[in-house]
Amino acid sequence: MIFAKELNDTLRGALGDDRRVVLLGEDIADPYGGAFKVTRGLSTAFPQRVRTTPISEGAIAGISAGLALAGYRPIAEVMFGDFLTLMFDQVVNHITKYQAMYAEQATCPVIIRAATGGHRGYGPTHSQSLEKHFLGVPHLRVVAASLYHDPRTVFTDFLSRDEPVLYVEHKLLYPQHVTLPVNGRVGDLIASSDASPGMLPTIRLSAVPVEDCSVSVLAYGYQAMLAAQVIERLAVEEEIFAELIVPAQIAPMDWAPVERSVSVTGRLVTVEEGADGWSWGSEAASVISRRLFGRLGRPVDVVASEPTIIPSSKTKEADVLVGSARIEAAIRAAAA
Amino acid sequence: MRFIRRFEETLLQLFEEGALNGTTHACIGQEADAVAVTEHLTAGDHIFSNHRCHGHYLAHSGDALGLMAEIMGKEAGVCRGMGGSQHICAPGFKSNGVQGGIVPNAAGIAMANQLDGNTAVSVVFIGDGTLGEGVVYETLNMAALWKLPLLVVCEDNRWAQSTPVAANLAGDMAARFAAFGVPVREVDSTDVAELSTIAGEEIAAVRSGDGPRVLLIHTYRLCHHSKSDDERPQEEIDAHWLVEPLVVHGRRLDDIDRLRIDDEVETALSEVVATARALA
Repeated sequence: MIFAKELNDTLRGALGDDRRVVLLGEDIADPYGGAFKVTRGLSTAFPQRVRTTPISEGAIAGISAGLALAGYRPIAEVMFGDFLTLMFDQVVNHITKYQAMYAEQATCPVIIRAATGGHRGYGPTHSQSLEKHFLGVPHLRVVAASLYHDPRTVFTDFLSRDEPVLYVEHKLLYPQHVTLPVNGRVGDLIASSDASPGMLPTIRLSAVPVEDCSVSVLAYGYQAMLAAQVIERLAVEEEIFAELIVPAQIAPMDWAPVERSVSVTGRLVTVEEGADGWSWGSEAASVISRRLFGRLGRPVDVVASEPTIIPSSKTKEADVLVGSARIEAAIRAAAA
Repeated sequence: MRFIRRFEETLLQLFEEGALNGTTHACIGQEADAVAVTEHLTAGDHIFSNHRCHGHYLAHSGDALGLMAEIMGKEAGVCRGMGGSQHICAPGFKSNGVQGGIVPNAAGIAMANQLDGNTAVSVVFIGDGTLGEGVVYETLNMAALWKLPLLVVCEDNRWAQSTPVAANLAGDMAARFAAFGVPVREVDSTDVAELSTIAGEEIAAVRSGDGPRVLLIHTYRLCHHSKSDDERPQEEIDAHWLVEPLVVHGRRLDDIDRLRIDDEVETALSEVVATARALA
C-alpha cells in the first residue's frame, strides 16, 4: 500500500482506538480529505474529532496545545511544512515548555504532521524542508516518515508517550509503496533494525554485510529512499559498497546505530534536503567526529541543498535541491 | 483584594531588598477583576493567565505560600522554582509569560470540555497589549465557529508596558471582538461588587453553551510594568489612586471591619513571608 494510504489507515486506527485522538488541520474534511488526501474519509467516520480549520496555523497549534493539556491527543496537520514557521511560537514557547516549566504537573503531547520537501516545482514557499529549525528545541522530538518504518508503529509510539512530536512527511513519499524489512531484506538489500532501548528503530540497509562496506550513509525521509537506490546501483554496477542508516527520529538522535556502522566503515556521508549549514548533518559531523575521531579515515561529508530559495523552474530546482546525483558523487568521493 | 495588594507590595519590597531574583509584574489597581471573575468559577473550570498572574492565582487558590516560595525560587514553590513569577501551574490554573499564545491554549481546554460534554468554563485573562497579537484573532474566529465555552477577560489597563493604548490600538477595542460575532460586555469600573455581578452573568452565559464571550474591563495599573520602569504622567497615576478597587470597596466597610481585615492580612502575610524565607 502507498504511504499516504498507510498513514490514513494509521490515523483511522488511532481515532477508532482512542476517543482522545483529535485531528485538526486546513482542508482536512471530506470530500477534499486534505491537500495530500491523507485524511480522506476520516471526517465522515469521526465528525466530532476530525475538524477542518480556517487558515490559522498559530491557533491550530495553540488549540492543539490546550486539548493536550486537558488530556486529549491532538494531531495537527500542516498542509505545507513551510507554514510551520507560523506555529513556531506555540512549539517553542508553549507546547515544549509546559511539562518542564510546570515541574511535571502537566503534559502537552501534541503531534504535528507536516508535508515537507521539494522536487515538485511548487517554488520557494511550498517546497522547503524546514525541520532543521526545530532540531534541538528542548523537549521536542522530530521524527521523519520513511518507507522503511511502519507509520502504525511510529504513531503507537507517539500516542503512548507524553512528549510533543513534529512528524515530517516528505510529500514525494505519499505515492510510494512502503517497503518494510521482511526476513532481513528490503528488495535486494540486506536490512536490519538497530534500536537503542526506548527509541524508534533505525533501519540499516546494504548490498553486502557491513564488514565489506567502505562508507556509511546517514539519511532520512525521501532522501533515504534516493540514497537506497544509489547504494544499490553502485553496488551492482561498480562494486562500491555503502551501508545506509535510516533513523525515524532525527532529534534527539539515537547515535548508537550510526556509531556501530561508522566504527566499521570509518567514513560517513550525511544526506538531507534542507539548506546547507547549521543543519542535521552538521550536528552529525560534530558528534561523530568527537566520538569516533580516531576511527574516521576522512572528514564527515555533509550533503545538503544550496542555501538559497528553491526555484519553481524544474531545472533550476534540481540545481538547488539534493538529488541522486549529489548523493552518488559524495559516496564515490568518500569511497575513493 | 487587600491580601493580593499587600502580597504584591511585599514582593516589590523584597525585590528592593535583593531577596528575590528575576522580575515580576504587579496587578496593583486591578485586583477587583481577579476577585470578581474567580468567585464564580467552580471545580472543573480552568483559568489561563498571563505574566501579570499573581492576583488571578491568589484569588483562585489562596495558595500564597506556594506562590511566594515559587517566586523565591524554592523547591516548595508551586512549580518547584522552575516557573517563577510568570509561569504558574496548579489544579484549574495555568499561566504563561508570552502574549497571545495562551488564548488558543485556553480555547483548546474549552474544546476538551465541549468534547467531554460537560459544562465547565475555560477563562483566559489578557490585556490591552495582547490585542496586538494575531493569534488572538485566529482563536476568536475558531472559538466563535465552534461555539467553544471560552470566556476572554480583557483587562484594559491603558498601558502596554510603556506605550499608551492610543499609540497601540487602532479603531475600537470592543469592535474587534464583535467582528467575530462574539458578544462583548464592556465595563469601565474598579468596583468589585459591580464587576462580580457582571462576571457572574457572563460566566453563566458561557456555561449555558452559547459559545465564547468577552468581558472587557477598563481598569488601571497603578504601579510600573514590572519593576521601576514607569515613565507615565504622575498626575494620571495620582488620579487613579483615588478610585482604585480598595478605596471604592473600602467605603462600604466600617472602620472596625477595615482594621480587622488589615490586621488579619498583615498577620497572614508575615507568616507567609517568614515561612517561605525559612524554606530550603
